[in-house]
Order: sequence, then C-alpha cells, then structure tokens
Amino acid sequence: MIAKLKGQYGSGIHEASTYLGQNYMIVESAMIPEILQILRDEEQFDYCVDITTMHYPEQEKQFEIVWILYSFARNERIRVKTAIADGEEIPSAVPLWPAANWLEREVYDMFGIRFQGHPDMKRILLPDGWKGHPLRKDYGIIQQDRDWVQINLGIESGQ
Amino acid sequence: MLDYITSYLRSDTTPGQAGNILWAVVYIFLIFAGLSVAVIAMNWLERKILAHMQVRLGPMRVGPHGLLQPIADALKLLIKEDIMPAEADKFVFWMAPLVVVMTAFTVFVVVPFGATHAVTDMNIGILFMVGVSSLSVLGIVMAGWASNSHYPLIGALRSSAQMVSYEIAMGLAVVSAILMTSLNSAGTGTLSMIGIVQAQQAQHVWFVFKFFPLGMIAFFIFAIAMVAETNRAPFDLPEAESELTAGFHTEYSGFRWSLFFLAEYSAMIAVSSIAVTLWLGGWLRPFSNSLTGDTWEMVFSLIPGLSFLAFAAMCFLGVFRMPKHRAFRMQTMGLAGFGVLLGGIGLLLFVPPVRYRVQDIFWFSAKVAISMYMYIWYRGTFPRYRFDQLMKVGWKVLLPLGIGVLVLTAGVGVL
Amino acid sequence: MSFYEETTIHKRMDATAGAAGSVKTIDRTSHLELDHHDKTFLDTNELVINMGPQHPATHGVLRVILKLDGEKVLGTECVIGYLHRGVEKIAEHRTYTMFNPYVDRMDYVAAVSNGLGYCEAVEKLLNVQAPPRANYIRVILTELNRLASHMLWLGTHALDIGAITPLFYTFRDREEILKIFEKYCGARLTTHAFRIGGCSYETYDGFEREVVNFVNFVTPKIDEYEELLTTNRIWVERTKGVGPITARECVALGVTGPVLRASGVKWDLRKAQPYAAYSDFDFDIPVGENGDTYDRYLVRMQEMRQSLRIIEQAVGKIPAGPIMAKVPKVIKPAVGEIYHSIEAPKGELGYFIVSDGSTQPYRIRVRPPSFVNLQALDMMVRGQLVADVIAVIGTLDIVLGEVDR
Repeated sequence: MIAKLKGQYGSGIHEASTYLGQNYMIVESAMIPEILQILRDEEQFDYCVDITTMHYPEQEKQFEIVWILYSFARNERIRVKTAIADGEEIPSAVPLWPAANWLEREVYDMFGIRFQGHPDMKRILLPDGWKGHPLRKDYGIIQQDRDWVQINLGIESGQ
Repeated sequence: MLDYITSYLRSDTTPGQAGNILWAVVYIFLIFAGLSVAVIAMNWLERKILAHMQVRLGPMRVGPHGLLQPIADALKLLIKEDIMPAEADKFVFWMAPLVVVMTAFTVFVVVPFGATHAVTDMNIGILFMVGVSSLSVLGIVMAGWASNSHYPLIGALRSSAQMVSYEIAMGLAVVSAILMTSLNSAGTGTLSMIGIVQAQQAQHVWFVFKFFPLGMIAFFIFAIAMVAETNRAPFDLPEAESELTAGFHTEYSGFRWSLFFLAEYSAMIAVSSIAVTLWLGGWLRPFSNSLTGDTWEMVFSLIPGLSFLAFAAMCFLGVFRMPKHRAFRMQTMGLAGFGVLLGGIGLLLFVPPVRYRVQDIFWFSAKVAISMYMYIWYRGTFPRYRFDQLMKVGWKVLLPLGIGVLVLTAGVGVL
Repeated sequence: MSFYEETTIHKRMDATAGAAGSVKTIDRTSHLELDHHDKTFLDTNELVINMGPQHPATHGVLRVILKLDGEKVLGTECVIGYLHRGVEKIAEHRTYTMFNPYVDRMDYVAAVSNGLGYCEAVEKLLNVQAPPRANYIRVILTELNRLASHMLWLGTHALDIGAITPLFYTFRDREEILKIFEKYCGARLTTHAFRIGGCSYETYDGFEREVVNFVNFVTPKIDEYEELLTTNRIWVERTKGVGPITARECVALGVTGPVLRASGVKWDLRKAQPYAAYSDFDFDIPVGENGDTYDRYLVRMQEMRQSLRIIEQAVGKIPAGPIMAKVPKVIKPAVGEIYHSIEAPKGELGYFIVSDGSTQPYRIRVRPPSFVNLQALDMMVRGQLVADVIAVIGTLDIVLGEVDR
C-alpha cells in the first residue's frame, strides 16, 4: 500500500516506515487532502481514530499534525503526519470523517491551528474568551494560572 | 347548648345535612389535622418502604427509625429563606401553591369516611370531587407560567396535557360506576358519595366485583388514571427530575414548595378516596356478605383496636431490639413512647361506643392505605413513561376501554 | 468494496451540520437567540433550553443546548470543558511514572482501564513486556472494572429513565468490586493499580477465592437486573427505537465500544488487536442489530456476563512468576512515538505518546472514547423527544472527566 502510494505521489511522501510495529508516513502538507481521500476510499481506512498535533517551536514548520486512521477491513492502523508553520491552515477532514469535527476543534483549541472548511471552528474545551493555546510549548503552566485563574476568576491559586 | 352538641352524635347523618355548624367545623378541623398527619406519615412511610425495596434503610437518625424525620424536614422547609425569582410574575407565583393546596383540601368536604363521617353529603358529591380535584392543574399551570423559566413551563404544559387526557378516561370509569348505583327497584342512581356506598351496601357487592369483569376493568382504568392525575411515577412527567430537574416547581423552595408537596400527597389521598368509595365499598367492612351475624360484627369491630395494638407491639419489639447503649437511650424511650401512644389508641378503640362509631373510618382508611402503598410500589418498580407514550396510553388504550366498559355496563344493566 | 459507503450518513450529517448552524451561532456567554419564523395562526415558537451543566441527568457537568419545538428536539449543541484540567499539559511536565496516577482521573469510573492503557503504551514505547502473571492480574482487575463501570452505567441509565430501584442494586454489587480493589491496592476509585512494567502489588492472600466468590455472587444479580428491566414494558417502550445509530454512522463518527457493537459491528479491541493476556481467553463479543438504546442495553448486559467468563478463566489459570518486568529506575524511552489503544468500557481508549528521549513525555495525547462518542449525540436525538435526550446521554455512557480531561 505504502509502495503504491509512494509510486503515485513520489516526492509528496517524505517518509513511510514503521516504528515499534506501527506504520506511519510523513506527507507534504499540500498533499494531505488527496492522501486522506485515497486512504479512506481506496485503502479502506474508514475510521478516523484521532487527530492531534505536536508543537516543535524550534522547527521552521512548528506543528506536526497527526491523523491516526484505522481500517476495519484490514485491522490495521496508520498514522499520517504533516508539518505546517504557525498561522498556516490545513484542509479539514470533516467531509471525509464526521468524527474529525470535535477532534479538529480540540486541535484548534489547544494549538491554534485552523482547519479550512470546518463547519464550526471554535474552541471546544476552553471558554471562548481564553487567551492563547495551552498545549503550545511556549505556553507555561504558570502563565495560565496568572492569565486565567487570577485575573479572570479573581482567586488565588496554589500554583 | 349541650343538647346542640350531643344531638348530632345521636343522629345518623353528616353534620352538613343535620345543619349542625359546630360539628361541621369540628369535622373540618379533624379532617385537616388528620390529613396533615397522614401526609407526614406518608412521607415517612414512603421513604421507609421505598428504602426497604431498594436494599437500604431510609431515615434512621432523627428519632427512632427516623420517625421524626418528616417533622424535621417540615421545620427545615418552614425556616428556609423564601426565594422568588426576580423575573417571576410575583402575584401568580404567590397564588399558585395556594390554588393547588386549596383544591387538594377542598375535595375532602364530601369524602365519606363513614356513614356519618363526612363534613357534608352533597347530592353532586362525586361531580364536586372530580371537578375540584381537576382544578389543581390550574395551580400547576400557574406555577409553571409564573416561574418564567423553561423547565417549569414544559412541566406545566406536560401536566395540563396529561390531566386533560386522563380526566376523560377517569370520567368514563366514574360514570360506569355511577350507572351501577341506579340498579335498584326505583331505578334512580346517585352522585352522592355516601349514596354510592349505600348503593353498594344495598346491592351487597362492591362495585369492583359487579358485572365481573366490567367493574374490575373500570376500577383499573381509574386506578391508572388516578396515578396519572396525581403526577406520580410512572406518570410523573411534569416533575420528572431526570428530565426537567423538578418540573413545574423547579423555582419553588421552602414553604411554598412544601405546599406543593402537601398538595401532592393530599391529592393522592383524595383520588384514592374516590376509588375506594366508588369501587371498594367505601367504609364497608370486608366480607360483609359471607361473614355475617353478631359474632362476626363483633370480631370485625375489634380489628381496628387489634391492629393498633399490633403496631404498638412492633414498636415494643423495636425497643427490645434497640442497642443497649447510652447513646440510644433517647431513641429507645421515644420509640417506647410512640408504642404507648399507639397502644393507647388501640385500647381506646376497644371502648364499645367509640368502637362502633369509628370502625367505619378505620376500614375506609385501611383501603386508602392499600392504595397509597400501591403508589409507593409503582414508584419503586416502574421506569417513567415518555410523553407520547403517555398520551398513547391515555387516548388509545384507556379511552376506548372506558367507552367500551361504559356501554357494556349500561347494556348489562338494562338486561 | 469499501466498508464505508457514501450514502445516507453523509446526507444525515449534512443535514445535521446545516440545521445545527442556527444553534451554532449562539455565543457561549450571550443569551440564546431564537429563530422566529413568520407568525401564522397556531404558530409555535422554538424554545431553547439549557440542559446542564447543573442537571441531574447529564452525568456531570455536560451542558446541552436543546432547541425544541414543544417536546421535539430540533437540534442540540454540546458545550463541554467544564471539567477540563489540562491532563495533556500536565503530562508534559511530569515524568512517565509521575503521570501514571493522573490517568485514573480521566474516566474515574473505570480507572483501572485507563491505567492499563497508559502502562501498556509506555511499555510498548520502552519495548518491554509485562510478565504473564502481571498480565493476568491486569486482565482480572480490568474486567472487574468493566463490570463496575457497566453497573454504574446501568444504575444511572435506569435512574434517568425513571426506574430508581436498579441504581441501588447495582451500587450494592459494585461495592463488592471496590472492596476487592481496596484490598488489592488500597484505593477504591482512582486505583493506580498498575505500574509501568507490570503490577506493583502481588495479589493478597485469598484473592483468587474472593474473585471466584464474587463471580458466583454477581451472576444471579445480573439476572436480577435483567428481570427488573429486560422485559419491563415501560423500559422496552422507552428504549426500543430510541437514539438509533447505524453501523456506518458509528464508523464515520468514530463511535466505538458497546455503542458500535450494538449497531452490529463485531469489533472489540480485545479480539481485534489483543493486548495484555486477552488472547488466552475464550469469550464472545455480543452484538446488537438495531443500534438503538435497547440493543445497547442488551449488549452491555451481555458484556458483563462475558467479563465474568474472562475473570473466571483468568483466575483459574493465573500463572506464577514475577509481577514486574525489568524496567529501568528512570524511565527514558528512545526518541519516537507510539499509539496504543485498549478496549475501555466506553470504547477505544488510545494513548499517543511522543518521546524526545528525556524522562518526561514530549507529548501525550489521550484519545478518549467518551469525547468521541458524545459527538454522536446530536445525530441520535434529532427529531426525538426531550426524554430521549436523557435516555441517549445515559446510553452513550459518557464520563465527563474523560470528555473534558
């Protein structure tokens, strides 16, 4: 499967390998919609397990987005990864997997990555007025205490 | 003056009919007090019985076996802060519990606890009862509306729809029972509550067994409709706590809320009284056909006293089983005192004049108590109906069944 | 032939998205706007009510904004996050071992399962294997926890539908499970029962006997619950055909666990990708047909019986040996990432761990089953009645600690 995809997209797939028995591939961000579409339609990855992100502030493309997909027919998982820079947008996977709706909202909430074409791009876990995106590495836990707990809620906390 | 007081005791009518205002007032007070005690007792009993159905003990701390719990709760409710929502319609909000409570208590004017034990005997008694008790929905709608909040509003809407639907089935069942009263030589029926029981006495049959199974079906229709009328499980949609938090009384607290509570329980007692009067022979003792004669009369007249003595014996058993520890001394003494009180009532009920005068009330109350136990039992057993299912049961099952029973009763009666 | 076909599900999802649009414009803090269409005679207003976050039947601090037409639900929007504690952020500031107790606080009803998932994920990352005895203890405790979780679900679900009695029965029996936990590790709810590399405690004396006694004790109790509910007319009426969801919709929405199985998909991670010692045991995956609330109820009841089967087998052949694998004192996995998931009582519970080679995880992502399952609520209740919303929230078996993390 990986070989076929690689043949099709060539340079679009930077890396495709296995770590500890788990398959993953790193894809050019522009390729993402196509790759995901193909994975769903042709490779039967019909279940979007999770969408999440890692933040590497020192890299040029700070965010690594991960789609964890599962195929009921193959009983196999694959992780699709791509890197994007801060402020860049990435197409939403909601048209492919409705499950992506809340997962993408959580990514937006925690990292501030906007998904193009998402039906309802807003915060999900944090209040609407929250400043910053807490899972970014430059967001300290003391900052959260100061900005939110002390200023907005007006209570001393034990941090 | 003394003659005025005692003259009534020798008569065999209700104070209202005898025109004896003093005794009418005495009866009103007695009924009011008795009802309040009954509601308190019901509160305790419901919690205990439900608890034992659910493998727990229920209230155990306030007083022996939690006997004082309802009183403690009542006190708590009375001294609670009176909260009225800022956006509420103040006057209507204030009126709603009053309307509910007034209707719930007014119906007891005609409830015959015995051949002479009613405030008055109206010739339209049953109509009065059904009419007034259905007025309580007005109070509920007022409460829901005045709260100016969504949950109470939905609760009130549900309540009104439910009451309207079940009133019809209820009415049909009632009419079929009233038809049965006309099956005498004169061919005239009666709407008087006392008259209905007397008709059962004259026909030597409780209406629940009359024209088997027609009377039984009518009774069951009424028994279902009355649960729906009083908003109790499994028809407690207007106050479904898992859906509407508390339904129409979500915004009520403290004393106002306790009025709703009081009204709910006295409404339960009221509709149970209708069922008992119409189908279960009112104050008539059981087996009045087969077990006749002076000896049996005697035996049955002793039962009230004996049952109170049995309750007292249960209390003393509790005293005996209470842990022998200083901390339990007050509890033990309290329970013993309660036992003595019950035993005293039991002994009082053995005094012949009291015995013959009061046994009617005992049989009536016992039948109502069975009906109340059923209420608790339903609550412990059934899940809640959904609104559309409730309507389906009301309109598609009970209503046709009620019409059928009515027509058949009329037909069999003519034959 | 793809398992997934673009048929009704997308239409239904589109309709959901479109209709929900009007609800979605609602600001979380502002007052809710109602859609007033043209007034005609006998026109009804739509009613927007706020169910929660303080509500007896939303199982915690879930807030559901319901748009109603009378009793009919036109649309819902879930507002979550009231219990958000930032578990994933905390993880980045703790070592692997220190983070272990935190995962218990997510799905606190099934804390043992959470711990199992986390420990196994870290073990995979370290490339160590828990010894067989540890795996058996893990299976026994996890299945006991599944029972406890399902019992709590049954009690609260029945309570939501108005049957108050099953709650007390299930809590009485759940207590026995908690007693076993307490004897094993000292805690009842947030157990922290496992360590990375195995179990920290050897079973106590008489553990096997007590577990067998429990199995014998609880089997007739499950019959008792079923007697109360399965053929109860009102229960059947309240649950049959309520909140239906098809297999395709489940897959598209990522719904897993008993909800997926009740829709007819025979998929259980314990069988599909066995972990711990599950491949050693013989058990069935109960599946439903209609995917309605009643089927989900039946599936969970069967799952409880299957759990008992697993426990019985595991206790019967629990091997001797060490309970901890050789794990370094300081856990420092190599640079890399791992996704590991287990079948928690609520569905697929996954941990995605990224290591940068230090003692602290670079990133831990929890894939919470409740969070993803809750997404299906809107679709399941649309067009049904208010009372069904309660039933569906109950049947989804969400735990807000896990939804919000």
